[in-house]
Amino acid sequence: MSIVPEPLTQFPWRVLGILLAIAGFGTLVLYSAAGGSITPWAINQGVRFIIFSCMALVLSRIRLEYFARFAFPAYGLVLVSLLMVELIGGVAGGSQRWINLGFMQLQPSEFMKPIIVLAVARFYALLPVGEIRRWNAIWPALVLIGVPFMLVLVQPDLGTATMIAAGGVTVMFLAGLPLRLFVGSGLAFAAIVPIAFSFLHDYQKNRVLIFMDPESDPLGAGYHISQSKIAIGSGGIFGKGFLKGTQSHLDYLPEGHTDFVFATMAEEWGLLGGVLLIGAFMLLFRWGIGVSMRSQDKYARLVAAGLTTTVFFYVAINLMMVMGLAPVVGIPLPFMSYGGSSMLTVMLCVGIIMAIERSGRQRNRPGSWG
Amino acid sequence: MKLKLPLLKKKTVTEASLSFTFTRRAMVVGGLQGAVGAMLVTRMGWISIAENEKYNLLSESNRVNLTLIPPRRGWIIDRNGRPLANNRTDFRVDLIPERMTDAESTIRSLAHLLALTDDEVERIREELDKSAGFRPVQVAEKLTYDQFAAVSVRLPDLPGVAPSQGFSRNYPGGATVGHLLGYVGAASAKDYEERKDPLLITPGFKVGKDGLEKAFDKELTGKPGAKRVEVTARGKIVRELTTRPDTPGDPIKLTIDAGLQEYAGRRLATQSGSVVVIDCHNGDVLAMASMPSFDPNSFSDGISHMEWDMLSKDDHVPLRNKTLQGLYPPGSTVKPMVALALLEAGISPMDTVNCAGAIRVGNTLFHCHKKRGHGSLNMRGAIAQSCDIYFYTMAQRIGMDRIASMARRVGMGQKFALPFSSQSYGTVPDPAWKLKKYNQKWQVYDTVNATIGQGYMLINPLQMAVMAARLATGKQLMPNFIFGAQRPEPAPVGVNEEHLVTIRDAMSAVVNGGGTGGAARMTLPGVLMAGKTGTAQVRRITMAERGGGVRSNASLPFKLRDHALFQGFAPFDNPRYAIACILEHGGHVNRNEDSPMIAADTMTFLFDQAKAMEKLETLEKGWGGTPAERMARQMGAYRLAKAIEKGEAPPPAAANAMNAAEPGNSTASAAQTPAPADADDTPPPADTAR
Repeated sequence: MSIVPEPLTQFPWRVLGILLAIAGFGTLVLYSAAGGSITPWAINQGVRFIIFSCMALVLSRIRLEYFARFAFPAYGLVLVSLLMVELIGGVAGGSQRWINLGFMQLQPSEFMKPIIVLAVARFYALLPVGEIRRWNAIWPALVLIGVPFMLVLVQPDLGTATMIAAGGVTVMFLAGLPLRLFVGSGLAFAAIVPIAFSFLHDYQKNRVLIFMDPESDPLGAGYHISQSKIAIGSGGIFGKGFLKGTQSHLDYLPEGHTDFVFATMAEEWGLLGGVLLIGAFMLLFRWGIGVSMRSQDKYARLVAAGLTTTVFFYVAINLMMVMGLAPVVGIPLPFMSYGGSSMLTVMLCVGIIMAIERSGRQRNRPGSWG
Repeated sequence: MKLKLPLLKKKTVTEASLSFTFTRRAMVVGGLQGAVGAMLVTRMGWISIAENEKYNLLSESNRVNLTLIPPRRGWIIDRNGRPLANNRTDFRVDLIPERMTDAESTIRSLAHLLALTDDEVERIREELDKSAGFRPVQVAEKLTYDQFAAVSVRLPDLPGVAPSQGFSRNYPGGATVGHLLGYVGAASAKDYEERKDPLLITPGFKVGKDGLEKAFDKELTGKPGAKRVEVTARGKIVRELTTRPDTPGDPIKLTIDAGLQEYAGRRLATQSGSVVVIDCHNGDVLAMASMPSFDPNSFSDGISHMEWDMLSKDDHVPLRNKTLQGLYPPGSTVKPMVALALLEAGISPMDTVNCAGAIRVGNTLFHCHKKRGHGSLNMRGAIAQSCDIYFYTMAQRIGMDRIASMARRVGMGQKFALPFSSQSYGTVPDPAWKLKKYNQKWQVYDTVNATIGQGYMLINPLQMAVMAARLATGKQLMPNFIFGAQRPEPAPVGVNEEHLVTIRDAMSAVVNGGGTGGAARMTLPGVLMAGKTGTAQVRRITMAERGGGVRSNASLPFKLRDHALFQGFAPFDNPRYAIACILEHGGHVNRNEDSPMIAADTMTFLFDQAKAMEKLETLEKGWGGTPAERMARQMGAYRLAKAIEKGEAPPPAAANAMNAAEPGNSTASAAQTPAPADADDTPPPADTAR
């Protein structure tokens, strides 16, 4: 037995350390983005991080069976609220994505990102082993994914819809569906894209073309990407220095504290800051995938890998967007971008993965061997 | 529903194989995530290392806003260093059309703040309509500090309004230097299209638009200064970084004598005419005035539509530089030149011709200007009395080619290398020319017409001054405007010095010996002017009219009056200055305003300024004041006439009052009865000259 008491060794120090590093760095960047002020963003973000960390730790004490049991009810609940948002938005005469809870505005589509993973994983956990290569293994999952995907897509929120679909499909992939299904649909998709493109309206084609070459329209739709690349590129290797970014402080960079916070960071911290941040995220994903692979429970491993991938999609889509590799879709960078919803979602994911890690450890506890 | 996937059914799936599949696929997912991470790091490295320079530059150009400070324009100074054109500090307001949101309300507030007249508001609207968007439109210049401040504090409510402190061009000589110097103005959209120089669209920057301002634009334009400021994306200035002062343009020193130029302009009185004075030592042009003219000061400020309208409708053609673009039949002013050709051809100055008042050439009767004839005349008498019959007779003896050769040597029909964009240089007709141009044989009556400066022969005032200078010196002087310019020694005209003395003596007799130019006599001790008068008819005199007596010019409409010309030099025995004066439709109506006296007074100014000024000031009182005063009154009358036309003002009573208040001069009446623009000055071949 170790000298250190068991509750302490069981405490997820490592992952909390990574999160604290990322969020602390994010708070620092928000402090700079506000022109060297902890208000209005840095302080809020810091407090939120603490609250949501506590929430994640509470989640990690919940037994895994509860997550499994409540996966479908929770899925149903979020689906209903998505429908409600759609109806309320229709009544209000505009696109509305959130429900006002008083202290924060709740986006049900945000919750759908982890819940879809829980629901699809639950479906495959319940599916008898022999059924995995039948149609019955495919269509219910497609319905589970397709309904919220369409609801979010018509909001319209292409970024979130894509993430919901991607999270669900990842779980399908991990569940063991035949590989050729994925390869086939991937090829079909690649073939359809150019054809679909020719059916787009001129302004839609234009948007795609501007994404391909943002400099062609530096004052219009390409402005965000152009300015973001200027901020990252002008940062160089070591950056312009803390509080010395001009793109962000002189307001050339739009959304410099939310979606484009990475550009704000890169301008002041340079490539070095970017590599450290991406490295930290990679450590987080390695931890998540590691938890999933160590887990013996079918549901648990699907959930852990799926949620990790959900967080990964946040990071990957956001970074590709700010570096000009993806269109501007409004996906925030976890722990860095100012905003409660995304942090809540990511912390839900982290909390559930911690619960899986904990339950796995308990099962493997020496005492239970006997 | 237990539908099987037919292709897949062979493979049996167990819990263990599924777990293995999961592990493998989870590793793939993890690996993909790592790969994406590596890709992102690579991408970021590419942007921030390989493309760092490019993005640094873009970031800097975002951050730093470079404002050009228009360079002060170089001065134009006269031969004594007196400014002909300089710069005056002023406060000004411009409009940047593309930044305006509500043009109408902005103009209204500006008109209120700056007390703009309707005229000016109209001009601004017109320019806004024509503007390319980025090119500033001037609202007002020469504002007081209070007006400037009033606009400046309201800037947040007036988008597109740009107040600035700068320099504006100032011409102390006003209208008298209008055609000589030209004027400056904002660069046109076309200029910017061609040169793409951001300086051209900087508010307050002006380019030379005409005359010497245009010719020496490059020298006069200095290097712009620059102000670097850090700005936010919304254009708010955060701080000033560095300011580099402007480098003023180089000054241009002209051969012009500012005092003489202004004097000549004022001395032209209400006439539509020009005066050119040339230094007989080297061909330097001392004065080149064309009146009436526009005031380059008001042109440089942006002229109002109404003012432009008035100037372009005036039958005294104030918009044309008559010294270079006005072509006139030289009339009898060519007679000394023709006489020189006669001498060169071997005709003795003592040979006489009997003038009986008319001579038959072919089947046409050619008249002398003196109906009863001059009697017997030698060359001196013929020049002094400007006898036509003498020259008709003598010219037929030597033929046109010899006369044409002399005409060319004294500068007629010659195009000079001058810093002006346009120059009409007239014609010296001869048989070869006529054959080529009209495919007609030269006739004797062509020679006859040419010897009295009518017919095809045309000259501009500068050429006439050059002719005077060449007759005075026997050297082919070239007109020059740049002080101290290096020139080759002028070629000789190629005539016998004795012949020149004869001609000069005869020309002196024109003025001082009871000849036709008595009005050009200068009352200066020891300085005698030599010259030659001229009258160029612009209408044909019918036989019927001649029988009943030729109508006097005063009774003719302005457009039908003769041109009045004079060329000369002084002192006659040792020429120092040469002068030419041509009055368009002057008609010798008024002795004080006729070419000989204008030339004499202008010449007097060079020898005795005080005396010349005293006379001018006395005369000006009778003309209604200085050109500036007369122009202002003319503008007022024109505005009133326009208002009556539109029904905005009570008609005749007020207009009559205006007329009554004005001294009787043709300029004012011309303003109220606008005539169509002068189309063609080439007169029909005439048969008399004086």
